[in-house]
Amino acid sequence: MTADDNADLHQSSPEPSRLLPILNQPATRRTALKAAGAALGLAAFGKAVSPLWSIPENVSVDEFLQQHYKELSDTDKQKVFARLESETQQKLGVEITISDPPPIPGVRYGYAINLSKCNGNGACMEACNKENNHHRGVQQSYIRVLELPKGTMDMEAGNTTYDHTVPQDDKYYMPVQCQQCDNPPCVTVCPVEATWKEEDGIVVVDYNWCIGCRYCEAACPYHARRFNWEEPEIPSDEINPDQGYLSNRVRPQGTMEKCHFCLHRTREGRLPACLEACPTGARVFGDLNDPESNINWVLQNKRVFVLKEELGTQPSFFYFFDS
Amino acid sequence: MSTASDHYPTLDDAAHPIRSYPKFLWWCLGQATNGGLLFYLWMFVLTAIALVGANAWSVQVAEGMIVTNMTDHVSWGLYIANFTFMVGVAAGGVMMVIPAYLYHDKKMHDVVVIGEMLAIAAILMCLLFVLVDLGRPERFWHLIPGIGRFNWPMSMLTWDVIVLNGYLLLNLHICGYLLYMQFLGRRPNQAWYLPFVWVSIFWAISIHTVTAFLYCGLGGRPFWNTALLAPRFLASAFVAGPAFILILFSCIHRAAGVKIDDGPKRLLINIIRVTALVNLLMVISEVFTEFYTGGGHTASARYLFLGLHGHNALVPWIWTAVAFDVLSTGLFLSPLVFRYSKVLIAACAMAFVGAWIEKGMGLIVPGFIPSTLHEIVEYTPSLTEWKVSAGIWAVGLMTLTILLKMWITVFSTRPSLSHESPASDQPA
Ligand code: SF4
Ligand code: SF4
Repeated sequence: MTADDNADLHQSSPEPSRLLPILNQPATRRTALKAAGAALGLAAFGKAVSPLWSIPENVSVDEFLQQHYKELSDTDKQKVFARLESETQQKLGVEITISDPPPIPGVRYGYAINLSKCNGNGACMEACNKENNHHRGVQQSYIRVLELPKGTMDMEAGNTTYDHTVPQDDKYYMPVQCQQCDNPPCVTVCPVEATWKEEDGIVVVDYNWCIGCRYCEAACPYHARRFNWEEPEIPSDEINPDQGYLSNRVRPQGTMEKCHFCLHRTREGRLPACLEACPTGARVFGDLNDPESNINWVLQNKRVFVLKEELGTQPSFFYFFDS
Repeated sequence: MSTASDHYPTLDDAAHPIRSYPKFLWWCLGQATNGGLLFYLWMFVLTAIALVGANAWSVQVAEGMIVTNMTDHVSWGLYIANFTFMVGVAAGGVMMVIPAYLYHDKKMHDVVVIGEMLAIAAILMCLLFVLVDLGRPERFWHLIPGIGRFNWPMSMLTWDVIVLNGYLLLNLHICGYLLYMQFLGRRPNQAWYLPFVWVSIFWAISIHTVTAFLYCGLGGRPFWNTALLAPRFLASAFVAGPAFILILFSCIHRAAGVKIDDGPKRLLINIIRVTALVNLLMVISEVFTEFYTGGGHTASARYLFLGLHGHNALVPWIWTAVAFDVLSTGLFLSPLVFRYSKVLIAACAMAFVGAWIEKGMGLIVPGFIPSTLHEIVEYTPSLTEWKVSAGIWAVGLMTLTILLKMWITVFSTRPSLSHESPASDQPA
């Protein structure tokens, strides 16, 4: 670089005032103008973000500072549950109880579906919607029932949005919900450990810890996760008051949720709502560790398969046909 | 600050008021907010756009992500698309750092700070794009190591948080230190910046690699699950970054009257010549594998390039990108770019926009279409998403403008120093 070039590069403005205009002007006036501009800008900014003032109304300090589920002591939990109960009472006028049944030691849950029996009637989806206090505005459910042409397992040929009478002669039906993978990619990717696998094999979400990044939704190969794009709305008289902290309590806006095998029921010895609702008896649920359980009978006597086995997710959810 | 002389200090004066680094930054900021009518107009327009964006985002936080057009099927959209692209732009700045420090290119040394400043503004935009994509932004503290629960090293997103913030700090330090030394008229002490420069070179590669791993680690999304993703990211970053810097050079020339030497320009053009070709080659390899092999895994690529079962929202986009990529590569390869600055700017703009489409919507959205259960739900960004994104771009450009003005201010305050600018420190 020649000296000329240098001068060109660094001094190109012929009079310094172009770069440092302040030199030729009364500083006070310019400073005052700048201050006025900054003040105006700040005021405009305050106005622009004013919708944010609804946050303090909706998110209490306790909720904001609440720790991860696993870091809450039993007394902390009782306080949190009481707060949630009273909030629901105030907001919806419904009395609910929030329970937190722990995994039963030694139990690992598995689910199986008899594809020869499933006729695509969707009763499971509906039951799921009611049991789990899903947002009523959208036909939300943790279950999707794929309608597939006989003769293929290719999901691309499938359809979940059919509204004709079922069953169709040339079709079969495959309900898909969270497969409670043994090697769940959704858990691996979560940046804040807001979702994890419990000892009984159920993958849960701490709705009060999830930051709503939706990475888990991108990672799940079974489309099993649902995001709360808005505040769920449920008519007061349709609210299921029997709620679990990690399962079917009403979810906050902006967080992730998913099927949890109705853990507030199953950990107390009852069956998942979708199974109870199924009119064809296609669903089998039980403890994989118990040799006498229904699910083990299926695994031993039927030729079962899992979805997308090649991905190595190791589902605890099985499919079979009567043969 | 009452008299003009306060603002144009004679630096050799021992009683000079600006001796501490924070004071220097404050003075610089003050100087950088001075300018002509054009400058104020530019900042005013950017502020207005930023405010519109801030407002749209506040509404989104209050009413929920429902105001975006994202769904459970397409759960990432315009925000993450922009995020991905900006990571590339940030990494692209390294293409000036390498020649400047690795090959002691003296002329590049004089302007390398521009690349680093671009990286700062780009990373800031990346962080903002991630923030606005969160359903619960007030819980961002859950991500802070120590007080939150940081799922490291398992989650690629935590890696990304680390590398992005690390890159931001590195560049802030290098830029700030070099400017300050320049301002004080002292030689920069190599120990205080060279190690950081070395680290930042590897770091630039890492921010883009980690961001690619974010996607290609997902087995359930065949469109992303390709080993070529990270190299492709880098190749297009090294096109988009230098292209943007070339445009910046011309803006700086026009708006501030500072002419950038031809040497760095030539070098950047030559870099783009190579990287644009590599990028094209990789696109062709991928398209070939997808379409020649066939099978269920090609559904997303078919959706992107040809449309699938009558759904073809992205088809015009991606072909625009392909056309821009090919055209700009052709222009870059021709001698015209050296001769006519208009041609150069057009080539740069096309390369930049082409990469934006290809690495943005062209990469993120088809990953979700068809969904993992092979349902097709299309996605077009909502007005809110466009507003928020425009707002973040405005904030980024504002930051960049201020940073560049700081640089110009310092250099015009201490012009004599350029003869012994950092490059001359290098042992030859
Ligand atoms: S099916 Fe999806 S959500 Fe359920 S455990 Fe597996 S990866 Fe996670
Ligand atoms: S959306 Fe929530 S649960 Fe899913 S990865 Fe993000 S923070 Fe974790």
